[in-house]
Amino acid sequence: MSTVTTKPAPVAAPPAAGPVLAGEGRIGLRGNLRHIGALARRNVLQIKQDPESMFDVVFMPVIFTLLFVFVFGGAIAGKGNQGEYVNYVVPGLMAMMGMNIAMGVGTGVNDDFKKGVMDRFRSMPIARSSVLIAKIVVELGRMMVAIAILLGMGFLLGLSIKSSVLDLLLSIGLAAVFGSSLMWIFILLGLTMKTPQAVQGMAMLVLMPLQFGSSIFAPTTTMPGWLQSFTDVNPLSNLADAARALINGTPLGNSVWITLAWSVGITLVTMPLAVRKFRQKT
Amino acid sequence: MVAMTRNDKNPNAVEVRGLVKHYGETKALDGVDLDVREGTVLGVLGPNGAGKTTLVRCLSTLIVPDAGTAFVAGFDVVRQPRQLRRTIGLTGQYASVDEKLSGWENLYMIGRLLDLSRKGARLRADELLERFSLTDAAKKAVMNYSGGMRRRLDLAASMIGSPAVLYLDEPTTGLDPRTRNEVWDEVQRMVAEGATVLLTTQYMEEAEQLASELTVIDKGRVIANGKVDELKARVGGRTLRIRPSDPADLPGMARSLAEAGLDGVAGSQAVPDEGALLVPILADEQLTAVVGLLAARGYGITDISTYLPSLDEVFLSITGQKPSAEDSVPAEKTEEVAA
Repeated sequence: MSTVTTKPAPVAAPPAAGPVLAGEGRIGLRGNLRHIGALARRNVLQIKQDPESMFDVVFMPVIFTLLFVFVFGGAIAGKGNQGEYVNYVVPGLMAMMGMNIAMGVGTGVNDDFKKGVMDRFRSMPIARSSVLIAKIVVELGRMMVAIAILLGMGFLLGLSIKSSVLDLLLSIGLAAVFGSSLMWIFILLGLTMKTPQAVQGMAMLVLMPLQFGSSIFAPTTTMPGWLQSFTDVNPLSNLADAARALINGTPLGNSVWITLAWSVGITLVTMPLAVRKFRQKT
Repeated sequence: MVAMTRNDKNPNAVEVRGLVKHYGETKALDGVDLDVREGTVLGVLGPNGAGKTTLVRCLSTLIVPDAGTAFVAGFDVVRQPRQLRRTIGLTGQYASVDEKLSGWENLYMIGRLLDLSRKGARLRADELLERFSLTDAAKKAVMNYSGGMRRRLDLAASMIGSPAVLYLDEPTTGLDPRTRNEVWDEVQRMVAEGATVLLTTQYMEEAEQLASELTVIDKGRVIANGKVDELKARVGGRTLRIRPSDPADLPGMARSLAEAGLDGVAGSQAVPDEGALLVPILADEQLTAVVGLLAARGYGITDISTYLPSLDEVFLSITGQKPSAEDSVPAEKTEEVAA
């Protein structure tokens, strides 16, 4: 009683056997930008609905500046010289802020995947990477808010820009570039690990040595040689050094270039992996 | 939008041949063939774990099949995923909208993702909210919606691009009967307007209400397909449960019905344990005829009830065995829905 037609009549002329027709139906740049815009709007609206998700951005810079300036400041720069330490640590904290916020992207992506809405996005005619890029755009916005608050706190505690505003903006830009390259790592983690908790745990494991084995909080000159060789290549040290040199008008050395090289390298390796993982996720 | 030849009265909008998807040892799809003709609703009926959702995910390009072919609106699921995504709408088992956004924002976002202009997306969102009776809740976050409102929003979201083919993956699973009726009404309206729908369900009644043709699947294989009426004839449509005053009359009653040709296609069945006779019937007149005949022969009857076959019974009559999945829907649940 089968009513299934057995004639092998595909509903349209079937394309001749061959490779996947990658070119057909591609989405142009304008389309991609529109999609990224619509998805970024979604992420912003989510923040509006859940203002608590901005707590890290608002309070982390406040607490960290207070903590480091008053707990370590005296010990490192000498009692009463906390003001000098502000100019040392705030550029460093800028680097750290980027990393901490980048970490949140991983848990966010992981959480998103547990929701049905991801199925809808993935069954729509949009580039799958636009979902991830929109996320990064919004996280960069969050990072800017955190850096603005950090600088505000810095000025309250005596931060002075010894170079130009342009140099300050350059240092912020560098932090943003490095931060967005880190986001790809955490997106990849978020797509790979099973739960947001696992992502968090794994991220901390990566984060701690990078943060404290760096020049963010204290000059590396008192560290043992083996640690110094680590801090020298640690991208966070280089970013902190670069931001510090830009803000304080001291010699830059290679720190800017090393930071940029790290950013490009990390993005080139992890972005394709993350997008691939995202495509294959079922 | 639908690239197909029009010389056939109802060309296939979906055509699946030998579709296979294995997860390790689990054969989620094990060679599925099916067709959905343009402008019709195909019900895909099967227990949990039969492969229904895997099928929908393959046809939505969310997963890539291991073997076989599938064309939707003329596009190959594997080789033309981008074009295919323009022609489909998907409503999953779990609401595929963003919980933190309002209903309006969800629809607007999807409109923009489907390349509507800002104004176009706004108008379409308003229009669909109105149509699905969600205008009052337009500005509320979806997390505050009731289950029925969510499903309606989900349907609205799937309709934004006026898709050629709509997938409804268990659209009423977990809904209470009233809400389920709301969703059915909406689906029936879309069908009346000419939508082509592939509907998966665990409920015989839902398939009967919404679909014109049925494909029954189990363990990733098609075990029966055909028009709903034909399948109903095979599984006996409704079943009449007659309880005689004297259980000893059961064999005599069954014989009388068989002689009069009133015992349906599958034959009536005496169930001494229940003290009841089960008679499959296809039409209301048959009920009258059965009762009339039994009364004429002088049998006393204490109770008569009718019920739709549960999924288990459908499987039993098609395959002679219960559905494979241990977590298949218990008969009570289906009956409760039918009540």
